[in-house]
Amino acid sequence: MKKLLILSTALTLVGFSARAELTVMSWGGAYGEAQTEAHVKPFAAKSGIATVMVDSDNPATPIKAMVEAGNVTIDVASVEYADAIRLCDEGVLEAIDASTLPAGADGVPATEDFLPGAITECGVSTDIWANIYAYDTTKITGTVPTVVADFFDLEKFPGKRGLRKGAKAVLEFALMGDGVAPADVYATLGTPEGLDRAFAKLDSIKSEVVWWEAGAQPPQLLADGEVVMTTAYNGRIFNAAVGEGKPFTIVWDGQIYENEMYVVPKGAPNKDAAMEFIAFATSTEGLQAQAQQISYGPARKSANATEILYKDGKTVMGPNLPTAPENLANALETSSTFWVDKDAELNERFNAWLATN
Amino acid sequence: MAIPIYASPAERAWQYAYRVICAAIFIFLVAPILIIIPLSFNAEPYFTFTKEMLSFDPEGYSTRWYDSLLTLGMQAPENVRDASWWSDAWNNATWIKATKNSLIVGFWATILATVLGTLAALGLSRPEMPYRRVIMALLISPMIVPIIIIATGLFFFYSNPCGIAGFSCGRLTATYIGLIMAHATLGIPFVIITVTATLSGFDQSLIRASASLGANPRVTFFKVIMPLILPGVISGALFAFVTSFDEVVAVLFIAGPEQQTIPRQMWNGIREAISPAILAVATLLVIVSISLLATVELLRRRSERLRGVTPG
Amino acid sequence: MSEAMTAVPLTTSDGRPLKSALASAQLRAKRRAFFLVAPLLLFIIVTFILPIGQMLHRSVYHDGLSANAPSLKAWFAANPEGTVPDEAAYAALAADFKTMKVDKTAGIAGTRVNYTLPETRSLITATARNADDLAPPYKVALLAVDPKWGDPAVWQALRSASSAYTMDFYLISTDYERSPDGTIQRVPENTRIYVYLFVKTFILSALITVICLFIAFPVAHLLATLPMAKANLLMILVLLPFWTSLLVRTTSWIVLLQGQGVVNEALIALGMIGEDGRLKMMYNQAGTIIVMTHVLLPFMILPLYSVMKTIPPSYARAARSLGATSWTTFRRIYLPQTLPGIGAGALLVFILAVGYYITPALVGGADGQLISNFIDFHMDKSNWSLAAALSAMLLAGVLVLYWLYDRLVGIDNLKLG
Repeated sequence: MKKLLILSTALTLVGFSARAELTVMSWGGAYGEAQTEAHVKPFAAKSGIATVMVDSDNPATPIKAMVEAGNVTIDVASVEYADAIRLCDEGVLEAIDASTLPAGADGVPATEDFLPGAITECGVSTDIWANIYAYDTTKITGTVPTVVADFFDLEKFPGKRGLRKGAKAVLEFALMGDGVAPADVYATLGTPEGLDRAFAKLDSIKSEVVWWEAGAQPPQLLADGEVVMTTAYNGRIFNAAVGEGKPFTIVWDGQIYENEMYVVPKGAPNKDAAMEFIAFATSTEGLQAQAQQISYGPARKSANATEILYKDGKTVMGPNLPTAPENLANALETSSTFWVDKDAELNERFNAWLATN
Repeated sequence: MAIPIYASPAERAWQYAYRVICAAIFIFLVAPILIIIPLSFNAEPYFTFTKEMLSFDPEGYSTRWYDSLLTLGMQAPENVRDASWWSDAWNNATWIKATKNSLIVGFWATILATVLGTLAALGLSRPEMPYRRVIMALLISPMIVPIIIIATGLFFFYSNPCGIAGFSCGRLTATYIGLIMAHATLGIPFVIITVTATLSGFDQSLIRASASLGANPRVTFFKVIMPLILPGVISGALFAFVTSFDEVVAVLFIAGPEQQTIPRQMWNGIREAISPAILAVATLLVIVSISLLATVELLRRRSERLRGVTPG
Repeated sequence: MSEAMTAVPLTTSDGRPLKSALASAQLRAKRRAFFLVAPLLLFIIVTFILPIGQMLHRSVYHDGLSANAPSLKAWFAANPEGTVPDEAAYAALAADFKTMKVDKTAGIAGTRVNYTLPETRSLITATARNADDLAPPYKVALLAVDPKWGDPAVWQALRSASSAYTMDFYLISTDYERSPDGTIQRVPENTRIYVYLFVKTFILSALITVICLFIAFPVAHLLATLPMAKANLLMILVLLPFWTSLLVRTTSWIVLLQGQGVVNEALIALGMIGEDGRLKMMYNQAGTIIVMTHVLLPFMILPLYSVMKTIPPSYARAARSLGATSWTTFRRIYLPQTLPGIGAGALLVFILAVGYYITPALVGGADGQLISNFIDFHMDKSNWSLAAALSAMLLAGVLVLYWLYDRLVGIDNLKLG
């Protein structure tokens, strides 16, 4: 007993002394790893500030709860564009002074170097990513899916589908699958009939859907053969396909892309270090380092000026990014204004739809 | 359970069928727990038996998933395994950190639950205890109230524990103390139940006998009461420890990144992508639970022997 | 004789009346017993009762609007219900929007009003975003931003939300809403969810309880009638799952039952199903039921076993010798004697099942989620008052069952292993 006590006390001390100084919350899986390799580790090495990465299904969710409860345990979070705006509106985020961001490698000031919209009051973009759908080429042979409507065609392509459990991107995807042109998607979704139309489209495949929540799940679902095709974040599929040699193919038709933002929750325990981290991570080099890890497009012109190679040293990233011209043929940019206002309402409807019938 | 001699053939047939049914139920109970043990040695990243495994080909088996438990989260897992590699693993490996946290929290939560719970059980088992039934019901309720409700309440309370008194005094979320208190609360009902059960067979006249022989209450407690109820106290403590060791919901709600425990890491693993590494952790935990179960069984028998109850 | 007894009160050796000496000794003993319990009681109050009470308070309290729209609140206080909003009301609203924009509180205020009247959140946040452009006359200015500001329903909702105390969250938790004219009505069919979830949670829990009972009964009977040594050995098989981590057991079942899992692979290898006929046993309701049954089974077996062990086998033999068939003996003699065990086990399993969270979250997929999972969902989304209202309703259900358990079984009879 006495020995146990001593051991435990020693362990307690170990536990308390190993406090990290800066905590970054991201999406786990391949994306979390990419940000760990490209931002967290180099930042810790350069600044001497111990930095750790923690995972969440969607970092925007815990932030709000943490701030409103006065309970902030993280310093930096990686959130979707609409969430960055909504959380900022709600006073949950610290404002970020854009003038503190470093100029591009070519000397152009940050405010001009970043792509339009990539710097907001409370967030700085790290990359542009997309919701796409992908399939396993060993499972679907012969005729392969090429357009978004194929995802909803159970006769042509029988088998299970993976979809993210949530309203955002799923409703747009359903409408595009139903033949709505990207330019009309949000106008349609804004009407009750349009919303019903989206749910009706989802109804047509509901019995075959496997719902995923964490971004790491879809490649796993494909690999395990649990689904024949699934929506996913494009970088996750790219990393599984190119990085791990999985036989996955991305269908870019009907992709829905947006900016990913680094934000600082209000009351972050290490606000100054958090700002320093963001400046470091969103520098030209920081963005390029991340793009070498995962196929999301850097949000700075200077970071796109030179060709970026994947960490395998041979795959050119350009054609694999959501922003490649050939991938933008039938693509939709997420409307942050739409989701800032409608997120709560549509998720309520979505949940009722999911749990009942 | 012998079949009586007057049983008809139909009854005999039923008796055999009954035994088959019972065997099937025992398999249902235990097989799912045991099946992960061989699967955790799978050489391939699959969750089913490969051909190599079924033909007992050594190629089909490997300890790679156990190895991955050590290397995950390390700074330099590919280095040579010398002293610095092990110190890297000890300080940085995700599962080792989680194990440390589980042990720290489990240990202190157990101490807290056992000390408070045993004292209370002693009070509750006295016939003079006022409002006994209500208080007992209250103390057992953490076991009955859905954990999500407790965790939700603690999330708000811990965010500003003094808020209820109208001022602010820091917070208990993302602290070891907060998590330990929460786990102690969840473990207390088990201590109360096991210790009061032991005390129910306790002969109260022994206390008077001890007093009449000149022992003061302290001596009576340590020399007479404690040795007799110790088995109950220890199994209560083990229950409390297991409760903490297995708890994930309170950790999800009130722990910070520094207090990630083993179940919390498993939760992540199961939700995202279950790799056979999870099976390796599960296997180790099954071994822990088997040894805890054996301890409790031995204690129970010892306690019953001491109290003069026939074993069973 | 008795008169003489009462006339001379008995005293203790030091001359005090025995009655009062006994009473004070009794009181001392009472106090001593209570002091032993007091530390734990205090601890439980701090870490359990207070937090839950504080959380439940949120189910009737939300100051999202009242704290951030003081001028509007004052106007409502000064003008009785039914007053048509005048220029002063619009001026108050505009003033509050200006502060909301500076303090960034429009989101939280809008969220509060949205609970009372859906689709008002965007109205409030959008107006607050344009607050700097608002100039007198405010009524015209606000109506120019959005004509909805002239809608009496919106004003009714604002009035209702301007009080921090509200029952609105209980309305939402039972799928009701306030209509624009202030009456209470059910929400449209396609957004009804909570009543359905509560009913589903109770039905699934009942189903799991019944399955547990049917599985536990034969095993408990076997354990109770086998010779001690054998029974002890088999008891270990019951206790092993009881002592094994819940997450470990859930993992095992995922491995067994998923699409590419051990069971499906075995069935395919045996030729019982084809590659396309893989059974769906995981990430749906079936998954929740199977895994929860396994997890809760020991809680049924143990109480049944402890009751069955006390039933003397001679009763059954007596019935048989009097000519009863084995079925009659079971039905009329044995079963009634096991009722206390059935009651104890069933109630315990049901109570634990109703509040289950982890297993449905991990294996329930879309249709295997229970009410606890939705409490978690709303906690995540920081719809705290709604989460609290749902919790309060769940808690009420559980406490009624717990009270019933105490009445029928007695908490003292709760046994573990």
